[in-house]
Amino acid sequence: MSCVEQLKYKLYLERTSFKDARDYIEKNSEEVYYVDPGYKIFKDYYVIGVPPVAMGVRGKEMLFTYVKPCHGTFVMGIDSEEEILRLRENESEKIKKSLKKGGPKKKEGSAPSSYDDLWKK
Amino acid sequence: MTEGKKALLVMGCPEVPVQMSIAVYLAQKLRKAGYDVTVAGTDAAVKLLRVADFDSYYVQKTVDLDQIIPEIVEKKIDFDLCFAFMHSDAGMTYGATFSAISRAKLYAVVFGKNAEELAKTIDYPAEKIVAKATHNPTPLKNKIDRVIL
Repeated sequence: MSCVEQLKYKLYLERTSFKDARDYIEKNSEEVYYVDPGYKIFKDYYVIGVPPVAMGVRGKEMLFTYVKPCHGTFVMGIDSEEEILRLRENESEKIKKSLKKGGPKKKEGSAPSSYDDLWKK
Repeated sequence: MTEGKKALLVMGCPEVPVQMSIAVYLAQKLRKAGYDVTVAGTDAAVKLLRVADFDSYYVQKTVDLDQIIPEIVEKKIDFDLCFAFMHSDAGMTYGATFSAISRAKLYAVVFGKNAEELAKTIDYPAEKIVAKATHNPTPLKNKIDRVIL
């Protein structure tokens, strides 16, 4: 289990396809960066994905895809100014999209806030 | 010559029965051809294999899927061949990751009820081995035999 699951996170999409998860991040982030599969975040999570792998920034929250072999792809959000700063510094040349007009969409429904909540569903 | 060459088999979720059968078959086949074979998988997939092959007769090296990815990214290890098993979008996504991080020649072993549709979504460099197989491993075995060795 990655340390990502031990952090305080929100889930915005669950058990979906990678493509739908990427689309969600692109449409609901103020800034979108694209990284290669294997990009490391939160010390020990190496991002799994089909290139281009979208990483979103929404306020202090970083949105990213999290793939579990038996459960599909999730869109996770974790507050981390440190990771956002690192993303901006290292990946700035890869920005393909920026803030959508009118800002991000409102969050849909209540998001589980812990790993346990996720598996209760 | 395959002496000293390394092959990685990547098992996804073990819910479709043919995966384990073909993984063991392929591991043995590659080993007999001289490859040093490592089988990576989810915790459940590796446990299924270890319990069945408790003397490590067919598979000598196993590793957790979440452990092998960092090692390849950090360039501590790599392989000549990689067989990524997939029957779902998540498996296809893992295959894309191995395609991106490893220099290995990638084979996408696609099976399950929706094998053909899933295979169409693979747009990264990989040789596709596709069979609509869930319980009967023979169609997938036959496809593998046509492609490998």
